[in-house]
Amino acid sequence: METNTEKQEYTITVYTENQVGLLNRIAIIFSRRKINVESLNTSPSEIAGIHRFTIVVMESRDVVLKVVRQIEKQVEVLKAYFNTNDEIVWQELALYKVLSEEITEKVKVERLLREYGARAVAIRKDFIVFETTGHREETNRLMQALEPFGLVEFVRSARVAIIKESSGFHEKLKDFENREPSEEVIENEYLNKRETVFTM
Amino acid sequence: MATKKLTGSQAVLEACIAEGADTIFGYPGGAIMPIYDALYDYNDQLKHILVRHEQGGIHAGQGYARTSGKVGVVFATSGPGATNLVTGLADAMIDSTPLVCITGQVFAHLLGTDAFQETDIINITMPITKWNYQVTDATEIPGVLAKAFYLARSGRPGPVLIDISKNAQIQSFDYEGYTPCNHIRSYRPKPVIRKNYIDEAVELINNAKKPLVIFGQGVILGKAEKEFKKFIEKSGMPAAWTILGLSALPTDHPQNVGMLGMHGNYGPNVLTNECDVLIAVGMRFDDRVTGRLDKYAKQAKVIHLDIDPSEIDKNVKATVGVWGDCKETLPLLTLGIQEKDRSEWLKVFAEYTQKEYDQCIKEEIYPSGKEMTMGEVIRIVNETTKGDAVMVTDVGQHQMVTCRYAKFNESRSNVTSGGLGTMGFGLPAAIGAKFGAQERTVIAVIGDGGIQMTIQEFGTIMQTGVDVKIMILNNQFLGMVRQWQELFNEKRYSFVDIESPDYVMVAKAYGIAGAKVDDRKDIVSAIQTMLAHKGSYMLEVMVGKENNVFPMVPQGCSVSEIRLK
Repeated sequence: METNTEKQEYTITVYTENQVGLLNRIAIIFSRRKINVESLNTSPSEIAGIHRFTIVVMESRDVVLKVVRQIEKQVEVLKAYFNTNDEIVWQELALYKVLSEEITEKVKVERLLREYGARAVAIRKDFIVFETTGHREETNRLMQALEPFGLVEFVRSARVAIIKESSGFHEKLKDFENREPSEEVIENEYLNKRETVFTM
Repeated sequence: MATKKLTGSQAVLEACIAEGADTIFGYPGGAIMPIYDALYDYNDQLKHILVRHEQGGIHAGQGYARTSGKVGVVFATSGPGATNLVTGLADAMIDSTPLVCITGQVFAHLLGTDAFQETDIINITMPITKWNYQVTDATEIPGVLAKAFYLARSGRPGPVLIDISKNAQIQSFDYEGYTPCNHIRSYRPKPVIRKNYIDEAVELINNAKKPLVIFGQGVILGKAEKEFKKFIEKSGMPAAWTILGLSALPTDHPQNVGMLGMHGNYGPNVLTNECDVLIAVGMRFDDRVTGRLDKYAKQAKVIHLDIDPSEIDKNVKATVGVWGDCKETLPLLTLGIQEKDRSEWLKVFAEYTQKEYDQCIKEEIYPSGKEMTMGEVIRIVNETTKGDAVMVTDVGQHQMVTCRYAKFNESRSNVTSGGLGTMGFGLPAAIGAKFGAQERTVIAVIGDGGIQMTIQEFGTIMQTGVDVKIMILNNQFLGMVRQWQELFNEKRYSFVDIESPDYVMVAKAYGIAGAKVDDRKDIVSAIQTMLAHKGSYMLEVMVGKENNVFPMVPQGCSVSEIRLK
């Protein structure tokens, strides 16, 4: 059984209305508790008009549970989930800018691309931009490989994640629009995994 | 339906009327002038109370909401008008008080330009509002206001702030009438009740030998006083209250065992750590109630009833979380629990009460010394009002003493700043409380520190003629801080020695009758005179300078380590 006070990476997925200021409302829930947000992504979801936030924090389950409930309490939040890394499939995208001269002289670019699953998204006389997607360690590895050859710029996107066991939000949304929603919608299914108290 | 042209300002007022708001507390200013201009024509339908400071306005709105059970409505202008609402919003947020605050904002095209009296009130108030929204187009107003009132009052109530740019107030649009809101798809006011946790809770209660019920404002906010009474009466359980739960159960109810927490009663604090089942109803285990958490009710199974899912397991892990509106969950529990005689268990409380009375209460309410005590004053108020008055308090020693000793016969009679502990709350809240319960006597009990924070609201009393009885319990100190300095900082009285003006003269300057009492022989007649007086009255009572409030659970200690002296 996992302990509830040990810190680990949690990915929080939040389905929300598309509303100005909501990002801030969610962000201050973390900052008020001095929780550092490791990564934050906002994007459309599988449903038009519904936004999906993906937030990564390094925290204990106890803390994450409380934070998620505070997020879900926000009026424009439909639903918030949290998952450990083994419950999700996730990716991050990274871009690397290197000087063409440097890299073509000293490195076998094809080998580099193959080895790191990277591709060149821009090739110019003066610089080249590579791109990889993957987990942090993977994007880090290419960064380390390129560093000796003068990595001019590096940037990595926030994590985007798919919850393995989720069946999407379409059905749930219909429920939310009902005045008499099913039980499932009202409460948080992550509580399923709690001891026998909340059997739902 | 035929449409008619309305301005945004008119639509705001139409919404207030449609939502049953009869009283608005506010203060005009540049950016809210169009709304005030419209108000000029709505004077017969909406009573507007001109306060002396926006903080006074919002506290009055809170007082109104607390006694009336309705949504308090507050108007303020942009910039400083809006920022002056901040303390009240934070107070209403932590005490779950339903408010709709309307602030004016600069013209939409000026947003973000540092225009005159522009401030980003939406972002400033984000953590202290249940919801807030900026309107820049008049057509949004009916829908947004409907949402605002619905959100303020439904579920766990709270303050909502709507910021309306001046252009939207002026703008005319085709008004299609007002439709109240009763559903927002992303918002669940209350969780669905599940049979399984009702059953589990019932079983725990039925098997309990020493159950203790602790209740908070949820009972009052849920209008569930009757349901609560039936629940505790059926199985004979003792019930103790948090400061905001006070008055939900009459003081003299045989199962009312008193107040929880730092300055609560001896029995309920000590016995929290001896009960076998702790049933928390509409309360949130504030640290002032629990004391040291890792030594709080560790022996007990905890049943926690709350409408707000985020409260369950937040501070104290619940054995059974009963999610839902207590007006609905309490009758379900009552149905299942067995009738029990728990007089033996109640007797244990009575023994503690006696011990507390002998060692602590008696000297406080019938002091042997020359100086008057706050407890004595409240006892005399009780004897005069018979527990029928609304008691409004500020924050500090007088607040603890009033909550400990005031008698209450009916609900919604105790108005105080519980969670935020806002000094300066008392006087304006009392004004609002009176407007919310016009047929009742409203007594504000305020210290010599708190009164000076919002004393300008004497002006509101003067102008409106509202009948509020103001009792200043003057110990010539910021008493609560002084008490802590005495007990924990070796009497290093650092800036707690506060001087007062001549309050009788100040009151007189505002046309409020008043008197000052510094001798015990005058106190009974002075209180009788105050209560018999037609209109507002200010009574200053000089009380012992260095009296302390006891019992006390020192910070960082367990509730069972409560000190009687």
